[in-house]
Amino acid sequence: MSETAREHPAVQKASSGNPRSIMYREALREALLEEMRRDASVFLLGEGIARRGGSYKVTEGLLNEFGPKRVIDTPLAEATFTGAGVGAALTGMRPVVEILFIDFSMLILDQIANQAAKLQFMTNKQCSVPMVLRTQGGAGNGLAAQHSQSLEAIFYHIPGLHLAMPATPYDAKGLMKSAIRSDFPVVFIEHKLLYMTEGEVPEEEYLIPFGEASIKRPGNDLTLVAWSNMLPRSLKAAESLAEEGIDIEVVDPRTLVPLDKKTIVDSVRKTQHLVIVQEAVRRGGVASDIASYVHEEAFDYLDAPIEIVAGLNTPIPYNLSLEKACIPQEVDIIEAVRRALARTV
Amino acid sequence: MAGRKRKYPQKLLVELYRNLYMIRVFETRCIKLYRQGLIRGYFHPYLGEEAIAVGVCAALRPKDRIASTHRGHGHCIARGADIKLMAAEIMGRETGYCGGRGGSMHIADMSLGNLGANGIVGANMPLALGSALGSWVRGTNEVTVAFTSDGGVMNGTFCETLNLAGALGVPLIVVIENNQYAVSTTVEETTRETELYKRGIGLGVESHRIDGNNVLEVYDYAKDAHKKCVQGKGPVLLEAVTYRHGGHHVNDPGLYMPKDRLEDYKKKDPCLLGRKFLAEIGAVTAQKIDEIERKVEQQMEEAVEYAVNSPQPSVEEFLDDVRCYS
Repeated sequence: MSETAREHPAVQKASSGNPRSIMYREALREALLEEMRRDASVFLLGEGIARRGGSYKVTEGLLNEFGPKRVIDTPLAEATFTGAGVGAALTGMRPVVEILFIDFSMLILDQIANQAAKLQFMTNKQCSVPMVLRTQGGAGNGLAAQHSQSLEAIFYHIPGLHLAMPATPYDAKGLMKSAIRSDFPVVFIEHKLLYMTEGEVPEEEYLIPFGEASIKRPGNDLTLVAWSNMLPRSLKAAESLAEEGIDIEVVDPRTLVPLDKKTIVDSVRKTQHLVIVQEAVRRGGVASDIASYVHEEAFDYLDAPIEIVAGLNTPIPYNLSLEKACIPQEVDIIEAVRRALARTV
Repeated sequence: MAGRKRKYPQKLLVELYRNLYMIRVFETRCIKLYRQGLIRGYFHPYLGEEAIAVGVCAALRPKDRIASTHRGHGHCIARGADIKLMAAEIMGRETGYCGGRGGSMHIADMSLGNLGANGIVGANMPLALGSALGSWVRGTNEVTVAFTSDGGVMNGTFCETLNLAGALGVPLIVVIENNQYAVSTTVEETTRETELYKRGIGLGVESHRIDGNNVLEVYDYAKDAHKKCVQGKGPVLLEAVTYRHGGHHVNDPGLYMPKDRLEDYKKKDPCLLGRKFLAEIGAVTAQKIDEIERKVEQQMEEAVEYAVNSPQPSVEEFLDDVRCYS
């Protein structure tokens, strides 16, 4: 998938004298590297991240620079090494724990939902849990039902966690650096189809704050909200529709917790139409929650019902055509946009 | 005890007994408060198990840390917690350790290296591992103790934690408080190998089974384990065998516990043993020991008075506080 996202204004500014295009996975690696150099309390835990450099090469070479005490290959005991990250975070460290596939994060839910998310609260702020849980999700590589899910709604549901799902190399780097410096436990969900996508990333250091959406494409006729790998797909749909004179605004929340409701609501007040695109299954998803906020805050501005384009309520199949049938495609997004505009009163 | 010749200063013996008796008094008094309706929710008494927390914590330095369980009041007291703040927390008051947000199952005192009680059996093991791992990464040598139980041993995190701690050699002491019941289910019903310390041997970790009612034996083994951890020879596993003096929590009469077995264990009540050590080894007179007990009882009454007179948490402040989670 080619990355067609328009860059964030800050990139255009920063990169004007120093344009540089790197891959999403390289941007993440740079973020880890820079933060580990900056702060000796940052260390990495995960399966195959040290000698092998990670399944997607995000941690490649870090063992050489930082040694085996800061880049630790763990046994396949997800609940325990994630909990070790929580315990280390409680006692002065800033661990970045990697769970190879978000599907495996079902093995660590107690440590995330009952421990990391709640310890600061339960102790009345005697402590914080400055830990990052790096993981990746999404379908598209024929990895079938246990390696392809989009499970952000599970983490979105738990108070006490922050949740980032960057779609571009620029956002991935800036959000990862902020995540590592955050005193909240952060669930940082990457997408397996995005690792090889490219985008401009400045050489200079920058951070992206959590809770700030990014308008990836300005427009006036309809608002498309999309995150992670649904962003490039939505941008492509917007480009196709632009040829017909339909002017779409694409908003990427970038972090789902905290969620920048204001940017979304402002955009809907302007365009009066909203389509939300999520790869995750429809039931109990983040899209439904965003729709409910927009109903509360911009109902009178809407000219048509909100459309949600989401994954089918099904486990992900192995076969390519079956897999595609479960996940929103560009054509599904275009159809949803047409429906929304056709129903305009 | 394997013929060790450790000397026990009178000061240490006094401290051990004071803590044993403090836990006994705290739990007994709080059960009364529970019956009076001043405490809500769950309350898991540590009665009968006092020697384990007291013996282990006496072997630690201020910079060391502990990760406790749902049955955690004893660990808090042994680690030096302020019983006024504990009583206030258990009564849900603003002045409590957690401002009434945590209650009995979540008391923590980070300033004392007490990472907190935990409502999920088994979950504190990885947390303790992480605390020890942080020390290992930094190259400092704080020792972390994970208290767990015969119930906790059955959770996957037990073996996973001990395994990873052993692989890396982090300064972690795991203490199994084998009180012989996971809620109401016996060890014999849930495993073929009932000598739980042997799980550690299977993972290549130094492991011992000790008398959990004998505070001096617990102290001796904890002291040795601590020394090994400081020297980089950790982790160490200790299985301290003991018996609950009642049911799983205050509302569980423990009808499944055979009376004769309880009577046997009460003959070697950790408080009676601690008092005996104080008299015989510490050469402290009965009158002096009675004075120690009266002082503890008085402190407890002061703590109850403090808690009862403490304000309820403000709902407005709470709502303001939790905005950060929105």
